[in-house]
Formats: sequence, structure tokens, C-alpha cells
Amino acid sequence: MQKTTNIVIAGVGGQGILLASRLICEAALAEGYDVKANEVHGMAQRGASVIGQIRFGEKVYSPLVKLHSADFLLAMEIIEAVRYSDYLAPSGLALINTQCIIPTTVSSGQADYPAEPELLVKETFERFQLADCLKLALEAGDARCVNTVMVGWLSRHLSFKEKTWHIVLEKSVKPKFLAMNQKAFSIGQALS
Amino acid sequence: MEKAIISGNEAFARGAWEAGVNIGAAYPGTPSTEILENLVKYPDVYCQWSPNEKVAVEFAAGASLAGARSIACMKHVGLNVAADPLMTLAYIGVKGGMALIVADDPGMHSSQNEQDSRHYARFAKVPLLEPSDSQEAKEFVGLAFKISEEFRTPVIVRSTTRISHSKSIVTLGERTPHKADGYEKNPQLFVTVPVNARRMRIALEERLKKLGEFVCHLEQNVIIEGSSDLGIITSGIAYQYAAETFPEASFLKLGMSFPFPDELILRFSKMVKRLLVVEELDNFLEEHVRALGICADGRKYIPGIGELNLDILKEARRRLEGHPETEKKPVKPLPKVPPRPPVFCPGCPHRGVFFEISKLNPIVIGDIGCYSLAVFPPLSAMDMILCMGAGISSAHGVQKAETGQKVVGVVGDSTFFHSGITGLLDIGYNKGKLVIFVLDNRSTAMTGHQDHPGTGRTLNGQPTHEATIEAFARACGIRRIITVDPYDLKNLRKVIKEEMDADEASVIIARAPCILIDSSRLKEPMQISADDCKSCGLCLKLSCPALEKKDGEGEKFKVETNPVLCRGCGLCVQICPFGAIKRRGE
Repeated sequence: MQKTTNIVIAGVGGQGILLASRLICEAALAEGYDVKANEVHGMAQRGASVIGQIRFGEKVYSPLVKLHSADFLLAMEIIEAVRYSDYLAPSGLALINTQCIIPTTVSSGQADYPAEPELLVKETFERFQLADCLKLALEAGDARCVNTVMVGWLSRHLSFKEKTWHIVLEKSVKPKFLAMNQKAFSIGQALS
Repeated sequence: MEKAIISGNEAFARGAWEAGVNIGAAYPGTPSTEILENLVKYPDVYCQWSPNEKVAVEFAAGASLAGARSIACMKHVGLNVAADPLMTLAYIGVKGGMALIVADDPGMHSSQNEQDSRHYARFAKVPLLEPSDSQEAKEFVGLAFKISEEFRTPVIVRSTTRISHSKSIVTLGERTPHKADGYEKNPQLFVTVPVNARRMRIALEERLKKLGEFVCHLEQNVIIEGSSDLGIITSGIAYQYAAETFPEASFLKLGMSFPFPDELILRFSKMVKRLLVVEELDNFLEEHVRALGICADGRKYIPGIGELNLDILKEARRRLEGHPETEKKPVKPLPKVPPRPPVFCPGCPHRGVFFEISKLNPIVIGDIGCYSLAVFPPLSAMDMILCMGAGISSAHGVQKAETGQKVVGVVGDSTFFHSGITGLLDIGYNKGKLVIFVLDNRSTAMTGHQDHPGTGRTLNGQPTHEATIEAFARACGIRRIITVDPYDLKNLRKVIKEEMDADEASVIIARAPCILIDSSRLKEPMQISADDCKSCGLCLKLSCPALEKKDGEGEKFKVETNPVLCRGCGLCVQICPFGAIKRRGE
């Protein structure tokens, strides 16, 4: 049986994990895979650390990813990558937005934000790539496009057809924001 | 047939629509909220937010009496509120098919407890369906209507967070319309005066017996033959984890788990050498399997606290196979990163209220909603949270204990309409002397901004009568009713102090819409002059994500605003003693 692909998306509530997850799910469905995904709603969304999980393959049972089994960790904030690093398989790849979002536990003096988060990433991950996706999102037109930039980035590592992604973007994004998200996706795709 | 990847909650709505549902009612509650939000998008269904779950179930029961197919949706604790109508509805039964879709929250992602609502099916003696993915979520609503009409009983469809909020592929179907054929006069069947209820009580047991036979022949209760070495009895989401962890085992997968399919369980137990029951939360099935005299394991290997996942089942399998110790691999410990708990959003109207309340240090009895977040430091302004409405009634109890401690009760607007009014009536009636804060942010915010009786809009977005908290407070007998702007700290401080010192009950209504629903309140972000900032840290006590503590020279720190996050609400400007914070461009 063909291996199931496991993806974990980590970030901060409000960063658009739901749309990122939806784009990947719809693309996997269009490519003919069995797909399951899990999302976080409710209290956990209020600026908290959140994750989304997506699995696709020939037959998928659990919507949740096992620890040390994710093929990809898509981190929309740099320390969130570290927080959920134990989901990643030893051979897995972390794609990390270098953006820092300071939690209130830090601003209120209860905890410290790592002085050199990139160094922490290097110590934590064997396979990772870093990019300033916030800057790229702003190039596309809006800070809220970080999610689509990152899905574009991930798409380089998935063997889905180019056309699939275009159809999925058109289906999942409101017409008003489509052009901006298409641009964000292309910018993400261009990342090495 | 068209396929779609949808969440369990979208699937419940789709399934209800396809099965000809006429009426849907709910009170929002994670993880159940999106069922009705999706159902309202379909044509030919009347949907409404009810003030609470009890009303929703009673409303749906009435519709069913008139022959309509109806659903009432709620989270697990909502079923506690609706338990009264459920217990007796089981006696009188239904006419049109009626399903209660109840979503449990194992792991308490967004809840105050993790009760296993399956017990309610046994308690009320009604059928229980447990879908294990979105396709079954869709199908089981139609099945619930069928069973409901055939046996004249309400049916509980039990979901969990990982059913409701997980997406999987479903095949979409068309709607089979159902027409409500009206009530036929039959008081002996529907009026629970004791003389009738005693008869109904006997009929209920007879119905349960028939359902017990029916459940053994239902195709949704299926034996999946594998190895005879291990047989697994399971239901709901637990099936998915078990199927992946024990791919070689035989399975008895229960789509309808109550009444217990005794004959099927006995047959399955004879097919396998060893039996394991895999279920999330309580050992509801396991206890019954053992009561049948069958040797089975469950709780010995499967924990009953929190939700299950593949890692927990992997560990269970190891222990089941006789490896007593946890697999110890030398794993690098995770680097420490600062916690990121949920917080009030930047610009939230609740923040200033708790900042001012905490300065006076009363006992704060809270309630269910975003404002429960005030418990976290540095605000630390919450002493008890029990359930919907208790922010008023339990605060009243604290006051009546007469220990001399000051007490403040805090509820939200939606919570007030849900079950706060009766508590306030108690205060008016029994002459309570305490301050009740109603944080009116014009929305059921925590669950995703649903309307309620105070917003003046229905679930369909239609304008309607707008219930006012002030009028309710007056009607309850409260004389001191003050409405304040929660962004005006000086006035807030004055009002809280005055009302806490008053010799009778007060209701303070802090009214401002949730910052996430009213963009007209967004203003230019603040900025902090590094020269004027004296590093006192007072502004950081607001616990605002837009205020960031940065390293300064030597031991000193500086505070900066994050212009992307800042909504320009102006609270920090009001509390900076040095005038260091100003709006951009001012």
C-alpha cells in the first residue's frame, strides 16, 4: 500500500491555518487521494498556539498525525516550529516562516522569547528551510497572505499537478482576494 | 456522484438536509456550532438560534409533534441544560423524526469538562448513534430520522471534537423532501399526567426491548473479519485509531451503540480468542460487555481521561502484547519555548474591565465565554467558573455567605440570555447585594460570533426584536443599572467603586461590540516614545499582545507597540503615567 503523507501546520490563532489546510485538502482530493484533516476552532483560536493536521494517501483512518511521523511541518511562526517539532519524522522537512510573534507570557515577564530563534531552529531540526514569508506576503499585497505563500512553498515538495493548485485556489478563495492569493502562491512556489 | 471533503459538522448539516429535515435549532457551543451555521445555508429548512439548549430541544420536540423532521444541536454540556426535556421526551416519543446531535469534547479543547454524553442515551433510554467520519456523520442523521419515526423515539447522534472538526471525503446526495403532516389529537400519547406517564413508562421499556433486537441486525453495526487472535469492539472516532493501530485484528464496529447489541456482541466474542474494547472517555461499552459475562479488556490498556490518538493506541498495543515498559528511545528533549495560551485579542472590550476589577481585588465569579481568559496572569481576575449562568447565581451565593468579602459576578451577553436571567431574578427576589457585570460585546464571540436575542438579528441575518439587558434587569427588580463604555477606564473605575460600595444589587453593562466584528472601531495604532518610557511595566499588566517588551540598555527594558496587531483601542494610553504612548500621527 502506498505510504500516507502527513503534514502538520503550526502557527498562531488568526494566521490563517484553516485556509492553508483547506487548500492542501482540496488539492489532495482533486488528485484522487483519500484525505483526512483536523482543525482547531473555539477557545484555542484566540491568539493561542494552534496546529492543523492533514493526511492523504490510498486509505487514511485517523485524522490525527502520530508523533515523529510528519513528512512536512509548515510553521507560520518560528518558535511554533520548535514547539511542534516532535511531530516531524526523522526524515521530515520543516518549512519555517522566520516571523516572530511575541506571546503575552513574554511581554508580561513570565517567560522569555529565545534571543536567537534561528539558532534554536538549527539545533532542533535536521532538515529545514527558512524564509521571511511575512515580507513575501506583503509583496503579494497583504500580511494575511502568509498562509498562501507557505502553501505555494510546500507545493514544490508535493507531486500535485500545477493545474490542480490553480483550480483549488479559484474554488477556495473569495474572488475579491483571488489575484492576491494567486500572486502569493507563485511567490511561495519560487522559494528554493 | 459528487464528492467533497467536508468537516463532520458540515456533514451533519448536509445529512439533515438530504434526509428532508424541516426544522433545526441550537445554541452555539464548540465543537457543535457549525452544524446549524451550515444547515441554514440550505433551502427549505427553518433554522434558529435558541436562547439555550433546553429551549432548542423543546422547540424541536414541538416541531416533531406537528410531524416535522427536526434536529437540535448542542455541545455536551448543553445536553445537561436540555436533560429535562430529553428525559420525558423519551416517554412521550415523537411523530416526525427527531435527532439530538450532541458533540462531546474529549481533551477539553474548548470546554469546562469532558463528560461522556453516551450515558444520556442509557439514562433516557433512547437510541445512540456514533459516526466515525464525515460520511457517517452525513448518513447517520438520515438513519436517526428513520429509527426515530419507526420507534417513535428521539435519537441521540453523538459526535466528538475530532468528528465535528475533522474533514474527510463524503459522497453528496440529493434531498428527499419531507412534509410535516400535522398533529393528530391524542393526549393519552403526549400528555404526561401520572396516569398516562405510568403507561408510557412501560411502553418505554417495551420499545427499548424492540430496539435491542433491531440494533443487532443493523448494517451500521458491522463485523469486519480479520485475525481471530484479537477482536476489537469500538465506535466513533476510536474506530479510526484502532483500525490503524491494529490492522490485522477483527472488528465489531458499532454505528448504533445503544441499546447494546447483545446478540451481536456475544456472536463476535465467540469468533475471537481475545477481546479488547477501544472507546474514548468512559468504559461505557466495556462495562456492558463484561456484564454479559464476556471476558474483555478495555480500561486496563486504554486510558479513560483525555482523547485518544495513534500514539496512545500504539502504547496500548505494546502493553497488550506483553511489553510492560514504554518503548524508551533516546530522544532529544524539546527546546523550551515560551507558552502561548489564548488571550484577549488586541482591542478587546473585556480587557479594561478586568484590569479595573483586578485592582479592587474582589472575588470574581466568572462564566462561560471569552472572558474566562481573564483567569490568566497578569490579569488574574477570575476566581470561579462553573457553568453557563453561574457567574450570576454563584456570585449571589458568595455574597449571602456574608463573610464580608466583596464579590463581583461576570457574564457575557449571550450567556445572560442563555441562563443568566433566572439568576438575576433570584438576586432581585431575595435582595442580593452585589455587583453583576454583563460584558455585552453584541455577539456570542467565543464560538465565532453568532447572533443571539440581544443582537437584533436572527440566524438568517434577518432583523428582529432586540432584547435589552437593561429591561431584563429592571424587570428582575434591580434598581441600580448602569451602562458604561468599557474603553473609558476612568469612568469604569469610578462606577465599579461606587457600585461595590452600594447597599443593594447593581448591574453594570459594559457595552461595546467585539473588536473582531466591528471594523469601525479600528483606529490608528499606538506608538511609544522610547525617551518617555520609564520601563515601569504598568501597560504590560493589560496583557495585550500588541505591547511587546524589548531589551533596553542594561537592566532596563522598553515597551514597543506592534503596529500590525494594535487596534488603537487606547487603553494603554490611559494607564501610562508618563504620557509615553500616543496614537500615530498625533
